[in-house]
Amino acid sequence: MAVVAAVPRVEAQAAPRNLGDQVLRLVLRAAALTLVLLVLAMVVSMVRASWPAMRAFGWRFLATSTWDPVAEQFGAIPFVYGTLLSSLLALLIAVPLGIGAAIYLAELAPAWIRPPIAFLVELVAAVPSVIYGLWGIFVLAPLLRVWVQPALGKTLGFLPLFQGPPYGVGMLAAGIILAIMVVPYITAVSREVLLAVPTSQREAALALGATRWETTRIAVLRYGRSGLVGAILLGLGRALGETMAVTMVIGNRPEVAVSLFAPGYTMASVVANEFAEATSDLYLAALIEIGLLLFVVTVIVNALARLLVWSVGGPVKAVRE
Amino acid sequence: MTPRARRGVNVLMSWLAALAAGLVVLPLLMIFAFLLWQGASAVNLDFFTHLPKPVGEVGGGMANAIVGTLMLLALAAVLGLPVGILGGLYLAESRDRRLPWLARFLADVLNGVPSIVIGIFAYSVIVLPMRRFSALAGAFALAVIMLPIVVRTSEELVRLVPASLREAALALGIPQWKVLLRVVLPTARAGIITGVMVAIARVAGETAPLLFTAFGNRFWHQGLDQPIAALPLQIFAYAIAPYDDWHRQAWAGALVLIGLVFVVSFAARLATSGRFTGVR
Repeated sequence: MAVVAAVPRVEAQAAPRNLGDQVLRLVLRAAALTLVLLVLAMVVSMVRASWPAMRAFGWRFLATSTWDPVAEQFGAIPFVYGTLLSSLLALLIAVPLGIGAAIYLAELAPAWIRPPIAFLVELVAAVPSVIYGLWGIFVLAPLLRVWVQPALGKTLGFLPLFQGPPYGVGMLAAGIILAIMVVPYITAVSREVLLAVPTSQREAALALGATRWETTRIAVLRYGRSGLVGAILLGLGRALGETMAVTMVIGNRPEVAVSLFAPGYTMASVVANEFAEATSDLYLAALIEIGLLLFVVTVIVNALARLLVWSVGGPVKAVRE
Repeated sequence: MTPRARRGVNVLMSWLAALAAGLVVLPLLMIFAFLLWQGASAVNLDFFTHLPKPVGEVGGGMANAIVGTLMLLALAAVLGLPVGILGGLYLAESRDRRLPWLARFLADVLNGVPSIVIGIFAYSVIVLPMRRFSALAGAFALAVIMLPIVVRTSEELVRLVPASLREAALALGIPQWKVLLRVVLPTARAGIITGVMVAIARVAGETAPLLFTAFGNRFWHQGLDQPIAALPLQIFAYAIAPYDDWHRQAWAGALVLIGLVFVVSFAARLATSGRFTGVR
């Protein structure tokens, strides 16, 4: 790299910059600037468009739970609650699976089986959201309604989490669908993190007589801890903003319910469902404010995640989101 | 613990990890099986050549949605790729101080932004001023989603081009711009094409940002400034409708869509297989 870095200086001494160089430089810089301006425009346009709602409700927007388009009363609590709960549920399922799969792929699996499984995991991430939703409506929800929810109600029904009539669609279905969708991201990034752990770590543990699993636990997982947290956060970022599949299975009712069987609503799905039908300016502004909120939260979560993953071993390369 | 117990734990954990990997992949297989089972019967020639029929009439197809999706993808590529590839080239080559860092950071930020939010953005900058839903707005939203993926893969691939190649060209007295465009870019081409196809596969199935930009259309589109049908939108609309025949069509649409996505993904792999650029 050092040699390349020196090139422009040498050239500047040898000959005056030629026109082509200057033009190309300008074009390239313009391309990068376009990207920067796009993100700026995004923030500005959303703040401006949600301004009426911010002025009308202020912080109350985040602290009330009435969502009544007719009376023009808007509070975001049911959606924030739904987004957080469904994402949390998704992580509860996806984190052990994702990290387990990553450990398998990076440490324990026989070498010949790794590429095909890694490829299949990539395909899980490639399935469009709307297809997960379709499957959720016609396969997962009936499955939950007929088998899983009655069984849960019978055995764990004393918990408020598992009470109420089994609809199939609802928070539980949303959490499961989200888990399926974010698990490939967690697996892929965790695997990258584990692979970035220096081999000397493993060799040291093995030399002390540790088994493969003990090596993984003592030398690899501990070393890559912060990177794994980063991987989980990246999964969380995905889960928070995931829209279509959730919209199709969560039931879309703006209520705060404790039971996982009850229908709920998320920030992304209320925007998806009501945006095109928003009749008044204030209604639209409220929806855009929810979008803005989602934007801010996902940016923070993603920025944190990247810092953590970078801390283990270089930038995440293989995350093709 | 006795050595025996430790070996036992080792075996147990290996199996648990394998089980986790299996569970991660299982839904894919289930979904695929269901798509084939439910969708294959409804995929026929009519599906590709006919417009949707009104409610109650059996048959019809999604020809308009298939064409719509292809048009949206083409338009998004036209809008997003030049900026993306040139931006990536800039990130890899520039020795400016602040802009590359900022652009790289914002590309990563943009990559994590939910696609529905990008839909809102496209709505407020294109749909609102034009006062109608349009193919253009949908394509713009898709282009914005593609942009960070293309930028980052192009950057990565351009960086992989050996410095010796550049130096050799420069030593021959070729101006830098020519070196970049005629030596560096062509060398990285296969990899960049892969990145482009990965980006296209990613946005092909996007639904959320199209809901209130492209909007959907039950007929052939009437121009780029008019609403246009798209396969994912049509699947969504049919899936949540209460008609059995529409559900069948939704499965068929899903099968076609996933076929499209997987074909592009596989093609992306083929484009680089066996080249020296081999993406990792």
